[in-house]
Amino acid sequence: MSRGTATATAAEPTSAPAVTVEELVKRYPKMPVNAVDGISFAVSSGEVFGLLGPNGAGKTTTVGMLTTRVRPTSGRASVGGVDVATDPVHARGRLAVVPQRSNLDRSISIRRNLTFHAAYHGVPRAEAEARADELLEQFGLRERGDVKPDMFSGGQAQRVMIARALMHQPQVLFLDEPTTGLDPAARLFVWDRLTELRDRGVTLILTTHDMHEAATLADRVAIMDHGKLLSLDTPEALMRSLPGSSTLDLALVSDGAALEPALEALAALPGTERLEAIEGGGDQQERVRLYIEGEASELIAPAATVLAERGLALRGVEIGAPTLEDVFIHLTGRALR
Amino acid sequence: MSAGAATARATQGRAFLAVLGRDVFVTWTDLPVFLAQVILQPLFLLLVFGKVLGALGYTRHGYAHLLFPGLLALTAVITGMQTLAFPLVIEFGWTKEIEDRLLAPMSTGLVAAEKVLFASARAIVAAGIMIPVGILVLGSVPWRWSGVPLLALALVFGSLLGSGLGLVLGTLVTPTRINMVFSLVFTPLLFTGCSQYPWPSLSRLPWFKVVTACNPMTYVSESMRAALVPSVPHIAPWVCVVVLVGSIGALMGIGVRGFYRRAID
Repeated sequence: MSRGTATATAAEPTSAPAVTVEELVKRYPKMPVNAVDGISFAVSSGEVFGLLGPNGAGKTTTVGMLTTRVRPTSGRASVGGVDVATDPVHARGRLAVVPQRSNLDRSISIRRNLTFHAAYHGVPRAEAEARADELLEQFGLRERGDVKPDMFSGGQAQRVMIARALMHQPQVLFLDEPTTGLDPAARLFVWDRLTELRDRGVTLILTTHDMHEAATLADRVAIMDHGKLLSLDTPEALMRSLPGSSTLDLALVSDGAALEPALEALAALPGTERLEAIEGGGDQQERVRLYIEGEASELIAPAATVLAERGLALRGVEIGAPTLEDVFIHLTGRALR
Repeated sequence: MSAGAATARATQGRAFLAVLGRDVFVTWTDLPVFLAQVILQPLFLLLVFGKVLGALGYTRHGYAHLLFPGLLALTAVITGMQTLAFPLVIEFGWTKEIEDRLLAPMSTGLVAAEKVLFASARAIVAAGIMIPVGILVLGSVPWRWSGVPLLALALVFGSLLGSGLGLVLGTLVTPTRINMVFSLVFTPLLFTGCSQYPWPSLSRLPWFKVVTACNPMTYVSESMRAALVPSVPHIAPWVCVVVLVGSIGALMGIGVRGFYRRAID
């Protein structure tokens, strides 16, 4: 019965929450602070939900609690309508996890990894074999089904783990840093498969510290730091929420001239909301980002004038819309990595 | 309500059998390795202590028959321990392979129970294989049909004892310490478990008698002797049963707690 419901909800997205989290807290023994500090959110069925934050923000612990591997200290969480703390056995049937590092069974072939996983979840054998064929094909692994996972690269292992996770048709799929450490081609492949899953209405929860990944894949993004949820909205809304709707990046060469007065003058230009020094300037270059209300291009000439008057040379200009990274820096006061 | 509970039990039962099926499948596909693992050590012990030393006149006539029940005990305990401990240390500490089973729709305790059941079954099979191996090496092995029930009981206890030890070690030890811990545990266990000598005969070495009395494997060896060579002085089987039930219970208790600690934060 639960399987029928699972398939139905996965196929047609409804507004029923696939995941609910209420005032969830995790404190590890002998730790001075809570790893997860009273977070609440709900994820709708069929939604792609991104948990964004630096290492140690509490993302992995949050996912650990939702996937029954970490016992909550307090609060409630449910997946597919099943409370993960009070009924973990039932909850495990409704979720699947794709970890960051391969945890494939090395003693058995890729195909057996898939079919044994299905067997653990009570999928009848004939159905499991058919589904394994289908998924191996879809993930470009058809020819490698009989190979043991030792021989696999990170990207291939990642694909196998996603395929394995789908064998029991979970309602909610959790992916921990799904493309960290993958080469660009493998990353695109994984993104394409995840987009397909989204289109089929599978609820995806992914943790990432890759802003681009979050912006590309997620319907909504929760930004976490120090165990707390700082913000939760669509990537567009998060970026719109930033003061300054566009940005102007300037690369400067100071040639010994004082930087501070020039920066103050830049920040005082009309339309400039705020100014941030950004990293990655390189040799003797400074990079600053102006957040601007209005047209960024109109500020290029005045900015060049301001700099020239103060003995600084302008070496590069880049106009941009704010990214999730800017949102993150704005919320936490620091860069992600 | 009760229908729901029955469905839940069926789900867990299916998951348990599937995980057991996975272990059996892996053992089957790796059968030569399994056989080498379980046969070689007792085979060489039998060969050297039972055959070679006897042929050279260093051991008394009949020693091989005294040794054989002890080696059955040794094989059961050691195989149970190795089958459980080594993979568990690696799976929890390094490959994380166990995660897929921990996320199967079954309670964490059942995952541990499957490990114990499988390791014990392998240990019983390994000890069973020792009987034809013993006949092959020694020409004959001591055998009493009336001792078979006690032998079977001792075999089950020995396997469970080994699995219990394996569960405790497997959940306590980190992969970096595996070598050290196994040499610290394995060798003393191997030589103080009365598999190569009967316990009552140790009266001439009282301190060693005390040491061996602390090794629960001693009671497996002694019950094996009570079953197969009752003419050799041995500890009373009921004492062995009491000690073994107690030690197995304690080890399983500690081991399952350790398993939960490793499986769930």
